[in-house]
Amino acid sequence: MMVADLYALVGVVLFVMGLSALILRSRDLQRILGLNIMGTGVFMLLVTSAHGDGQAADPVPHAMVLTGIVVAVSATAFALALSLARERHK
Amino acid sequence: MPKLIKRCLPVLVGAGAVALGALIAAAWVRTQENGGAMTRAVLEALPDSGVSNPVTAVLLNFRGFDTLLEVAVLMLTLIAVWALDLRLPRTEALPPSPVFSSLLRFSGPLLVVIAGYLLWVGASEPGGAFQAGAVLAGGCLLLRLAGRWNPGARFVRWAVSVGLLVFLLTAIAMPGLTGGLLQYPPASAGMWILLIETAATVSIAAILAALFVAREPEGPRR
Repeated sequence: MMVADLYALVGVVLFVMGLSALILRSRDLQRILGLNIMGTGVFMLLVTSAHGDGQAADPVPHAMVLTGIVVAVSATAFALALSLARERHK
Repeated sequence: MPKLIKRCLPVLVGAGAVALGALIAAAWVRTQENGGAMTRAVLEALPDSGVSNPVTAVLLNFRGFDTLLEVAVLMLTLIAVWALDLRLPRTEALPPSPVFSSLLRFSGPLLVVIAGYLLWVGASEPGGAFQAGAVLAGGCLLLRLAGRWNPGARFVRWAVSVGLLVFLLTAIAMPGLTGGLLQYPPASAGMWILLIETAATVSIAAILAALFVAREPEGPRR
């Protein structure tokens, strides 16, 4: 088993764990964390897919992950703010 | 019956998630078979991009449109968080302590230098506007938590929007210069990318720090 395959497997496992938490957990914070773990799995998979077997790595997935991290951070911030706003209105 | 469903739900969800994971793994194996085409395309066009780091070339030149929208998404998030009007208590400054203030004196300038370095080195090595912006945002938050810096509303609004403004103005100017949206003239592409990245660094830092504070700065409203 190659190292890249191991990374990809870990990425898939993180995705599955995050998705399960997103659906099964009831608290907002747990769901937001689940979503983030899911995203991390996807990033890991994308970065792993960029490896070029000793040749130059594919820069397109790297750029996508960079964009994805920023979007994930802002989505998390908004989700936390929404969760807080919901607590306030209860 | 509902009780049974409730008991089976974790198993069902788990099984569904694992099945989805298996599909993704299968798709990943398939992408590995025909990889390399994109890498070649990027590396062939790299000399015309104005930078020598292929990731920066993709982000700011070949797929500049994505990055433009990404800066817009960041700004939109901040506007949405401000609009929620959470009425959080003012971010309290940490109590003054000699350890924190000497840390600040040491790390504040260092963070600015690191951010500038990351911005500059992004043209040829890993680095760029996002990394620099994140480091700068950390510096802003340190100052903010120390109670040393409480920028006014006007400053925050400009800092938050300058990245998108510069990016948009470039996108508007380019069709007149080269005939393509965000298609820079090859001779000065490096300069355009640096200009956009500098403005984007300021905005990303301001937006990340403002998201942490999560409170619209008080100031004149139109």
